[in-house]
Amino acid sequence: MLPLNANIVRTVDETPSTRTFFFDRSFEDALTGQFVMVWIRGVDEIPMTLSYKNAITVQRVGDATSRLFEIQEGGSVGLRGPFGRGFTLPKRGESVLLIAGGVGAAPLAPLAEKASSVCSQVTTILGARNVDELLFLERFLQCGPVHITTDDGSAHRCGFVTDVLDELDVSGYDRIYTCGPEMMMKNVFGILEREGALQRTEFSLHRYFKCGIGVCGACCMDDTGLRVCKDGPVFNGTELVGSEFGKYARDPSGQKKLF
Amino acid sequence: MVNITGLQLKNPTMLAAGIMGTTGASLIRMAREGAGAVVTKSIGPQPKEGHSNPSMVKLDCGYLNAMGLPNPSYEAFLPELEKAKDKAGVPVIASIFGGNMEEFRMVAEGLTPGKPDAFELNVSCPHAMGYGASVGTDPEMVKAVTSAVCEVADIPVWVKLTPNVTDIVAIGKAAQAGGADAVVAINTVRGMSIDIHSGYPVLGNRFGGLSGEAVRPVAVKCVYDLYANLDIPIIGVGGISTWQHAVEMIMAGASAVQIGSMVYEGLNVFSDISEGIHRFLEERGHKKTKDITGIAHERF
Repeated sequence: MLPLNANIVRTVDETPSTRTFFFDRSFEDALTGQFVMVWIRGVDEIPMTLSYKNAITVQRVGDATSRLFEIQEGGSVGLRGPFGRGFTLPKRGESVLLIAGGVGAAPLAPLAEKASSVCSQVTTILGARNVDELLFLERFLQCGPVHITTDDGSAHRCGFVTDVLDELDVSGYDRIYTCGPEMMMKNVFGILEREGALQRTEFSLHRYFKCGIGVCGACCMDDTGLRVCKDGPVFNGTELVGSEFGKYARDPSGQKKLF
Repeated sequence: MVNITGLQLKNPTMLAAGIMGTTGASLIRMAREGAGAVVTKSIGPQPKEGHSNPSMVKLDCGYLNAMGLPNPSYEAFLPELEKAKDKAGVPVIASIFGGNMEEFRMVAEGLTPGKPDAFELNVSCPHAMGYGASVGTDPEMVKAVTSAVCEVADIPVWVKLTPNVTDIVAIGKAAQAGGADAVVAINTVRGMSIDIHSGYPVLGNRFGGLSGEAVRPVAVKCVYDLYANLDIPIIGVGGISTWQHAVEMIMAGASAVQIGSMVYEGLNVFSDISEGIHRFLEERGHKKTKDITGIAHERF
């Protein structure tokens, strides 16, 4: 498909570094955790998971995202998608745990909302650098209990999401989902591996995408060759055992960059 | 078994260059999916990030791409090649590019310790300034880089041709004169797509190369013409997505085929196509692919 035009009808500054862009186009059939390729015309095209059926929530981190932040309400972008494999939705009556770090809350907030309509409990561990960067706290609170951590202690507990995870009895959760910086997810992986819970955990990964449609191979993971853009971006924990996850990723040229 | 320039392939389908070929792991995965041989991403002298995105879009009639020869350089790719060689279990062909004879030679020599089964020279990428088709549209340059690589390589050298020339046969003859053991035809056909909402060209590079359904008749004609005029084998590539397409390409003159964009539809494409070719040959009482290679030439 060619990029479809999407007008930006509203923007919301969620935190000092993140902004939600609402489009006049809604991806009703999108699975939670799927992504769209967002074309900032004349600049670049970048993958973004949907934070609502009709919106993306973006952290300003580089050239492309900075240029996207310059586009005002009434402006437009091109969109292709939704692409990739999304989260496996919980079944009726199940108890789920969400572990979100920073802008990693973007795909997990819609999952929390979807889960809360069928699950017995939706617990969230939400981490951020500081109190201002806590993303979608209200959305998670609407769905169930939330444990908050901040790196600098400016809200609730000073520390990391893994500090809370260490103290929870994970055997009480039927499904666990996580998205955040890879180093955070690596530590989450370590705890859940120890607890024997990888089988019921899903990780949403980030890699550099070129084609975004599973052809070029730029986002293939070692050693399975799984494509993050097509076989992911959501992976079951067992698919990541012994992989490059948490160790390195490849840059646009294909060179390995250690985390 | 298919013998092509001395390489033994368990079936005549290969993974084309530029598809799922950036890492050893992805090449191994494609081999396990049934490819008879795998060709790496084109590797050059220095790390290259490629063009900005969008770098590939699907059209109604095929695919348009302008990756821009992204690669980690031959030095960083060597361990990936070694890994593929170790575990793929099928021939691994290193696709290489350079802007001149010296660069081609440097990359070929640099990858030789990885023991590739053949080199495929990319003189046909339609959208990388100074590389690819900038070399491959000039018969003298094609002959020069081919012989430069042949001098330093003791493995077969294949040359991948661009269809974006007036006479592909002249380029094929130049490759043959330079010592090529086979030619691969075709690379993508130059193309462009424009976003009518904004007027922006869709690809980050503005234009790129067309592959898929739309280019198949172009590829069939190129392979047909090359077969009529060259003495070396031809590997056919361009828009093959079914076994019938592969058989057509073989009848035009191909000794084997490569499959690229079609992996979009599913990775089982190699096993599906090779099984289809096998069934077709068996039903017709043929023993090998070679029995039908070029038979379209005998019909008039």
